[in-house]
Amino acid sequence: MLIKRKQFIQVGSLATASFMLPKFLKAFEKSAMVPSGNKVLVVLQMSGGNDGLNTVIPIRNDIYYKTRPKLGIEKDKALTLNDEVGLHPALTGFKELFDDGSLGIMNSVGYPNPDRSHFRSMDIWQTASDSKSYVYTGWLGRYLDAQCRGCDKPTQALEIDDVLSLALKGDQMKGIALKDPQRLYNTSHQKYFKEVLADHKSTGSEQPVDYLYKTMAATLSSADYIFQQSKLRPSSQPYPKTGLGKSLQTIASLIFSDINTKVYYVSLGSFDTHVNQQNEQQRLFTEMSDAVKSFVADLKSNNRFQDVLLMTFSEFGRRVSQNASGGTDHGTANNMFLVSGGLKQKGLINEMTDLNDLDEGDLRYKVDFKEVYATVLNKWLGADDRNILGKNFSYLDFI
Amino acid sequence: MAITNQLKNQHLMWRTGFGPKAEDVRQLSAISQKALLKSVLKASSQSPNYINVASEELKGMMMDMTDAGKTKKKDLSEDDRKFLRKQSDKDIRKLNLAWLSEMVNTNAQLNEKMSLFWHGHFASRNNNIFYQQMLLDAIRRNALGNFADLLREVSKSATMINFLNNNQNKKNHPNENFAREVMELFTIGRGNYTEQDVKEAARAFTGWGTNLQGEFEFRKQQHDDGSKTILGKTGNFDGDDVLNILLQQKETAHLISKKIYRFFVNDTVDEQKAAWLGNKFYQSNYDIKSLMEDIFTSDWFYDPKNIGAKIKSPIELIAGIRRMLPMKIENEDVQLLIQSLLGQVLFNPPNVAGWPGGTNWIDSSSLMFRLRIPQIMYDADEFEMKPKDDDDQMMGVKEAFPAAVKIKGLGKVSGGQMIKTEIFWNDYIKKFDGVQKEKLIPEISRTVLQTPVSVSEDVLKRYTDANSRDYFIKTATIQLMSTPEYQLC
Repeated sequence: MLIKRKQFIQVGSLATASFMLPKFLKAFEKSAMVPSGNKVLVVLQMSGGNDGLNTVIPIRNDIYYKTRPKLGIEKDKALTLNDEVGLHPALTGFKELFDDGSLGIMNSVGYPNPDRSHFRSMDIWQTASDSKSYVYTGWLGRYLDAQCRGCDKPTQALEIDDVLSLALKGDQMKGIALKDPQRLYNTSHQKYFKEVLADHKSTGSEQPVDYLYKTMAATLSSADYIFQQSKLRPSSQPYPKTGLGKSLQTIASLIFSDINTKVYYVSLGSFDTHVNQQNEQQRLFTEMSDAVKSFVADLKSNNRFQDVLLMTFSEFGRRVSQNASGGTDHGTANNMFLVSGGLKQKGLINEMTDLNDLDEGDLRYKVDFKEVYATVLNKWLGADDRNILGKNFSYLDFI
Repeated sequence: MAITNQLKNQHLMWRTGFGPKAEDVRQLSAISQKALLKSVLKASSQSPNYINVASEELKGMMMDMTDAGKTKKKDLSEDDRKFLRKQSDKDIRKLNLAWLSEMVNTNAQLNEKMSLFWHGHFASRNNNIFYQQMLLDAIRRNALGNFADLLREVSKSATMINFLNNNQNKKNHPNENFAREVMELFTIGRGNYTEQDVKEAARAFTGWGTNLQGEFEFRKQQHDDGSKTILGKTGNFDGDDVLNILLQQKETAHLISKKIYRFFVNDTVDEQKAAWLGNKFYQSNYDIKSLMEDIFTSDWFYDPKNIGAKIKSPIELIAGIRRMLPMKIENEDVQLLIQSLLGQVLFNPPNVAGWPGGTNWIDSSSLMFRLRIPQIMYDADEFEMKPKDDDDQMMGVKEAFPAAVKIKGLGKVSGGQMIKTEIFWNDYIKKFDGVQKEKLIPEISRTVLQTPVSVSEDVLKRYTDANSRDYFIKTATIQLMSTPEYQLC
């Protein structure tokens, strides 16, 4: 951990019957830590392996319709982007973003030697490892590690969930998971925990007990901090009353506050459509499209859209051919959506995937997802991508 | 904290198992570590019973297949396959709970603790209940036996062969998955082999497969019987030969010993001690039991820096509470939810490298939930948390967990979960008979914790129920279990 020992001991020495915020955490409560123009990243994980081919549809491709006689989305039903490409009919909000110049679509994103197991491939995306290595830290966790050397801002990366994803776990620092600020505040606001914390005196050595208390201190004070911030400038836009709608509204409120959060992480799923794909994708895309639409409107009316980048990903795409149960099976490369008022490349950023050039029935990747990460880390978050990803990846031009 | 005899014995109980039982605690202040270890080893000397929870219908289905001489996966009809998948999903949850109960209740603590270690070492996922039961049995039978036998059985198990794609490893179309993992994770470790070794070893493993029933099959026609060179040795090797070559490497003994040191002694490895253990392990031809005895009879095992130094895994946490406070959990399945929220679901390791352990268990949400578990159990309080979806496990089926328990008569917002427990306090409370009231808190603290607690008696007293001695003991225990210190063993 990066809290200096002396500072940490102060947590103990502040001990009184009532809980007090550790000084190091109080520091950033006073002034707005967020410079104007502060860039924020929102990662939207589409869990389960979204079918990219029915998301961004090659509406004039014979192979597409031949391999998907039942699942293929007809040209006149798709939301047309150009002569060749249409969006899934439920993605009306994304169509508006496309027309507005605030949507970028990156096709054929993947990695070498793709793995078709959900958890392994998700691991690879979340840790930014190659498919032969096992890494215990996430790419955003390592961003926290790198960003927070010599400081302590446990709220720099937040996940809107009950359980923290590997993506946000670093070696030294870990993001905070919360479903909503009020609930985090309530559960961590138990007086007993605050008193236990206040009574703690560091053992003065690198014992695990100190690690536990440091995490506890960071959680309790962050819970207060996040809760206060979330009430500062609550979002006023109407949002759909869905899981993602609520999560994005929470994120918007925090973006408008003075909180120091740079990265938000949220998941939607399950996109694992082996069966009944049409209804499932329709349902999930409706939730996604409506929620993102409200989110963007909210950001725009608060004049923050140019500072926020929302990025979607899924652990893999699906096979080109439909299966026999009205669905599709696990595949490989996939597309990503990039939503922002600050995009440098808009619309279809690269070519559609070539269905003539398949790898045993699967799409070939052209863009390594780690190039997208490197670009976001370097150009958007101003971080040392090489250090975080352990390797140089070429930068893309979308931001 | 003074290193008392009792503390040392509790340390031994936590490391050789899942902590002391309420009824054991009284004896722990007098007995010597030597005598205690002897009884621990004796309790684990018999071969464990096969845990068989597969549903009768599934067993019947598989028996019919066997009787009809059908041994291929494609012999199963689409409906049967679907049934196998769905029922296995349920049965594997039963297997999870059954094994967890074994960890709580058995006297063969060391055998189960050791099995949990191997379960993480040979991490794999498979959604066939029969394969999972067979692998668990192989692990539990060999947990304290010989590592060479264990490695061979695991390598030939249907779970591992399917998980690491060796069924697809065929002559002229090698699949390197198993060959790579057996070297990297199960034996010699990274840096001790080349990519060429992996390629050659994969050829040697060609033809290793399993049938529908989960029995090992050597498919001669799929085996590449040409010459291979692996780790400097050349010959017409098959899979068994490769395992033997890997066992001849000292690195294997060292990798295992180091990992065992981390699991049983301290996450911070003392390289010298680990090397000493590795050499002895190699000299003993991989006798696991003697390796464990070497650890538990060493003076350094009881060094203050090794006591209370490990962060309990979620399984150790749950089993540990249940051992100290015997209880009936009405909604047993809630334990799966707890495992999921805390990041360790048995039979569901995060990947083939297993659970990383140590501080990886702890983040803000997992820590706060850990702190609340004893309170939730005691108060029948509710918690409102949802685990992440697991698409591998769910196979596209929603609701991996039972819907939220309906809470009646509490006047609380429903949708939350409860751990409905009945705690049998008698044995536990009896332990404190004769302890003066003002000495109760320190005594409870010494019983429940392996490290000195920072919370003061004044604070604790404000959160305990002083209406009766029994309530005082109960609430003080629950509050002491709701501390960061209780996360350590």
